[in-house]
Amino acid sequence: MTEATADERLVRRSLSRGLLARPELGSVVGALAVLLFFSFAADSFLQASSLGTVLYASSTIGIMAVPVALLMIGGEFDLSAGVMVTTSALVSSMFSYQMTANVWVGVGVSLLVTLAIGFFNGFVLTRTKLPSFIITLGTFLMLTGLNLGFTKLISGTVSTKSISDMEGFDSARAVFASHLTIGSVDLQITIVWWLALVAVATWVLLRTRAGNWVFAVGGGAEAARAVGVPVARTKIGLYMAVALCAWISGQHLLLSFDVVQSGEGVGNELLYIIAAVIGGCLMTGGYGSAIGSAVGAFIFGMTSKGIVYAQWNPDWFKFFLGAMLLLATLLNHWVRKRAEAAA
Amino acid sequence: MTTALVELTDVSKFYGNIKALEGVSLQVYPGEITCVLGDNGAGKSTLIKIVSGLHQHDGGTYRIEGEEVRHASPREALDRGIATVYQDLAVVPLMPVWRNFFLGSEPRKGRGPFKRLDVHTMRETTRSELLRMGIDLRDVDQPIGTLSGGERQCVAIARAVYFGAKVLVLDEPTAALGVKQSGVVLKYVAAARDAGLGVVLITHNPHHAHLVGDRFVLLKRGAMAGSHAKAEITLDELTRQMAGGSELEQLSHELRRTTAADR
Repeated sequence: MTEATADERLVRRSLSRGLLARPELGSVVGALAVLLFFSFAADSFLQASSLGTVLYASSTIGIMAVPVALLMIGGEFDLSAGVMVTTSALVSSMFSYQMTANVWVGVGVSLLVTLAIGFFNGFVLTRTKLPSFIITLGTFLMLTGLNLGFTKLISGTVSTKSISDMEGFDSARAVFASHLTIGSVDLQITIVWWLALVAVATWVLLRTRAGNWVFAVGGGAEAARAVGVPVARTKIGLYMAVALCAWISGQHLLLSFDVVQSGEGVGNELLYIIAAVIGGCLMTGGYGSAIGSAVGAFIFGMTSKGIVYAQWNPDWFKFFLGAMLLLATLLNHWVRKRAEAAA
Repeated sequence: MTTALVELTDVSKFYGNIKALEGVSLQVYPGEITCVLGDNGAGKSTLIKIVSGLHQHDGGTYRIEGEEVRHASPREALDRGIATVYQDLAVVPLMPVWRNFFLGSEPRKGRGPFKRLDVHTMRETTRSELLRMGIDLRDVDQPIGTLSGGERQCVAIARAVYFGAKVLVLDEPTAALGVKQSGVVLKYVAAARDAGLGVVLITHNPHHAHLVGDRFVLLKRGAMAGSHAKAEITLDELTRQMAGGSELEQLSHELRRTTAADR
């Protein structure tokens, strides 16, 4: 028997069947629906200039949705992801300002601090074996308090001081908050960060040992441990990946606005989770994709900006987001059932 | 006589003040199947967890090929050639067969940060290894959860054999299976034995045990209730001892009386 001969019991899967088995299919269908909807509802939605705006909105959520999706595939949540972005921005701003150091020093210190928070989340989780919902809810509340408390203590107000005249600001801004123009489209650098993260995460997830372990710890932690997968290390790594991306987002937040409001970021953690779930991640772990999270973030970007272009009252945005989440989840559920029946 | 691959002598395990296992001895030789029999709560799971490195023993000695050991993790036991196939947690259901086959010991190619899974080798090896054990899979890309219970056990056994296990520990491989599927799994167990592996078969089915076993260790309430070579014991005697002997006679007596009273 040669390797080339296909098994006669294996019915050649049609292209549509193959697509049905992909986790992101539901979200792609949803994204197309939203795109169509707003192209009719808002005349300016399909213009090139709008594309840049929509992609920027998508990227700010998307950068965080990538590691949050990975974490969800690994079977855990991180409710502290939203405020961690603010913490990261506050640390670099205040460290640079107080120490009158080069902005890059603050950025570096912030990286260490943020990674430490991620490590803390993962370490406490793997040690106590409590649900990640509880542990990261605790971190979320603690960080919210620390953000406000420290900022008031140090700068006397709820926002940080301007660091735009400090050394290294311009070069740091070029990395985290610049934009480039391609044709008539103005693209923020976060879009590049976002797409690069999606590419790297997809490769890691599907083609590396670490990625195999992520699926395994989410799909069956006990089985994974029994065959020698370092479950604790994998989960800690995932939390540190969330922290790393929170650091990237945080630096963008700081360097594009120059000052940081200490109360920001609350509620964003849910947006990241929504993007991941719309993108096909299973809440129970073991299933999902990084590309799906990007599509989820894109749906978020289209909806939030589409409402503005359609000149509707933005108050309705959350309703749309909620409806989208429900529809996407139902669609995913249905698609997966179809895919399993076809297999 | 050759040294035992695995030898437990007087092993005990306590959970707090609860005695889970006391004074249990067991030997596993290459090319032989040692069956551990016992009712629910007899300490079979605790014993298997000690052998596979999930738990550590509190008393007695645990030797692998004559060398005294104490495993800190299942990984260490694996590295010493002890592979365990659990009844319910042998695999990750949502992952494809080939990813499951290599889980925890993935072959890689490339160097530095570009080290990646050798997907082609993984797929092909999975297919050929399973075929060698007589399992003809339709598609190694299907989630392993879509296979039948017996097939999943066989994949797990094939995996252990491929990774050069010297000792195969099987936790109730036939417990959740039908008669035909049990037969298939027992065939692979025998195949592993013929390949020169030492096998520890945990079961509460004396019929399955007697079919393939070379020696039998009986556990009862955390203690040894007997240890026999195959030549020394018949199936009936094994069944009687396993079910608690006199207790079973008492039970059949009681049942007979009830049916009689109903008439």
